[in-house]
Amino acid sequence: MTTTDAKIRVRHLTRVEGHGSIVVDVTKGKVEKCEWRVPEAPRFFEAMVRGRHYSEVARITSRICGICSIGHTLASLQATEAALDIRISPQTDLLRRLLKHAENFDSHVLHVYFLAAPDLLGVPSVLPLAATHGAVVARALRLKRLGHEWGSLIGGRTTHPTSAVPGGFTSVPAEGELLELRGKLLAAVPDLEATLATVVALAGNIPSFERPTEYIALHSDKEYGLYDGVIESVLPDGKTEQWPVSDYRKVTNEYMVPTSTAKYTRNKLASYAAGALSRFNNNFDQLHPEAKAAAKALGMKPVCVNPYLNTAAQTVEIVHSAYEGIRLIDELLSAGVRLEKLAAPERFGRGAGAVEVPRGILFHEYEYGKDGMCLSGNCIIPTNQNHANIQADFDKLVPELVAKGKTEKEMELALEMLVRSYDPCISCSTHYLDVRFKCATS
Amino acid sequence: MAKARIAFFDFASCEGCQIEMTNFGDAAFLELLNHVEIVEFREALSEKTTEPIDVALIEGSFTREADRARLEEIRRRARVVIAYGQCAATGGINALKNHQTDYKEAVYGQDAGMPHLDSDKALPISVVIKVDYNAFGCPINKYEVLQLLSHLVHGKEPVIPSYPVCVDCKRRETVCRYHEEDHCLGPVARAGCGAPCPASGVPCEACRGLVDDANLASIEKVLVERAGFSASRAAAKRMLWTANQGSESK
Repeated sequence: MTTTDAKIRVRHLTRVEGHGSIVVDVTKGKVEKCEWRVPEAPRFFEAMVRGRHYSEVARITSRICGICSIGHTLASLQATEAALDIRISPQTDLLRRLLKHAENFDSHVLHVYFLAAPDLLGVPSVLPLAATHGAVVARALRLKRLGHEWGSLIGGRTTHPTSAVPGGFTSVPAEGELLELRGKLLAAVPDLEATLATVVALAGNIPSFERPTEYIALHSDKEYGLYDGVIESVLPDGKTEQWPVSDYRKVTNEYMVPTSTAKYTRNKLASYAAGALSRFNNNFDQLHPEAKAAAKALGMKPVCVNPYLNTAAQTVEIVHSAYEGIRLIDELLSAGVRLEKLAAPERFGRGAGAVEVPRGILFHEYEYGKDGMCLSGNCIIPTNQNHANIQADFDKLVPELVAKGKTEKEMELALEMLVRSYDPCISCSTHYLDVRFKCATS
Repeated sequence: MAKARIAFFDFASCEGCQIEMTNFGDAAFLELLNHVEIVEFREALSEKTTEPIDVALIEGSFTREADRARLEEIRRRARVVIAYGQCAATGGINALKNHQTDYKEAVYGQDAGMPHLDSDKALPISVVIKVDYNAFGCPINKYEVLQLLSHLVHGKEPVIPSYPVCVDCKRRETVCRYHEEDHCLGPVARAGCGAPCPASGVPCEACRGLVDDANLASIEKVLVERAGFSASRAAAKRMLWTANQGSESK
């Protein structure tokens, strides 16, 4: 029997996107309060897209998130194109997949190096390491820059891309530019190997904690699910189930809680997880061989039930995205890249789209009137799908930490690291709703 | 010379402008650190400070009274305050909801009355505290911010452009969107971004806000006559990023 007392108050957790807080009270070993709170100021994007032309909607909803704005753009475009029956060309499809990998690479580099690694190294941030581990900091900044250049070449910009629009791209990279990017990706292989070596070296500091849950991710027959596919759930016993994206509400089942401006979700169990670890657990077989080798080096195989290993799964995906990027560039170049006319709407109705953003599955849905103006929208963001799972992890972890006799400070760090491992994107997560679609005037 | 102490803070925003700071690459960013010390940057660092700071870069709009005290506290200890990005400078995209009355119900349905969902009009932070400079844009132009910081570090007065985006398009020889049978807000939009959107084939939507003395009646007329917009769509279009700007909304 432990007699631990702890009072943890982490207001506005650092090294995450957006505002989240941790509140834990332990008295004489008894956990009296243990909460993950989301006090982010809500911004009401679904209200703001109403009355907007279909060509503007993705540029508005991209602003939901500064880190996954490419993913928001792509999910928005897919939903708009489903609603308007816009059929994109094979070249647009390839360019969008390449753009999606750019975001995955870029965001994961940011998370692994800047947001997660400091905990494993016992420092507050990467900047103090510039003096002692200059080569590692330079490598991190170099890889981040590469992700940024990659996304900018394909999408015009990484933060709020410009050229990806309903029906295609308004500008496309020249073949010489794609070749140059291919060269940069190949030249980054030593940096990728060094990244893996760094994470492997620090893996001993990743806490061992296991809590089997439901893992939800996109699954595609064509490739490791990232840009499109069906919704797939894998349960701890390995049982899987699939739903078409248009049935996403059957999976997300949103509800409000008083501790959060973001909504919570649940499916088969009390909570589910989205993100790199869910993708890894659902789609491991489709990883690039080099990424599978990275997983082996990290000692990971599906179904992996330690949420702290999401950062390791991201490292695996960094390798996967780099090699898939090279493959997609080769495929684009073999067909030749040219500026195409944008595909036009065939109808005006309702449609949903989904992509995997770095932190998990993202759904957008819109309805358009006959004039092409948006009547309503709904965005369900991965971080909000993870909030309930984070809380469930807290509920199991805190008593375990108390039983192990951990100090207040050790518990606080363990909880902060747990939240960070999900790479939450909290400013994203406060914009979805129980949408009641207005009937289109028909 | 002591390094300038700079700090980043965030309110209602996507934090994308802060992310832009990580995109300079190793050479430029490490050089920047030779001149400034980043003492707080919650999105990327755990370091926090309650000490005075030289430059506070504040991202995000003011949307609720609960945030007033925090803004005032930052102002008290900052020598210079920069409204960092469009949400902070003018309210930006967040201000689109300012012209709606049902946004809470539309998003949260029957839960709209829950007290923690409080959100009022999205306003620039200058309604609460004095702002010394604006870094406009959605997102900011990271090279412009580098210039801005460089000027401040060297004791020079920064120059913030107030000419229209059309000037930048002419400079880089971008064909006008109106010649491509499209529309554009370039004639009234504040430049400084380098006009990347028309160059990549999409209209400027004035994400850096309006030039001083923008002729709004005229741009709406152009949208109707040249782009074939209805009057209501023209009015809505020009407000996309500038819902807090222009006489009718002041």
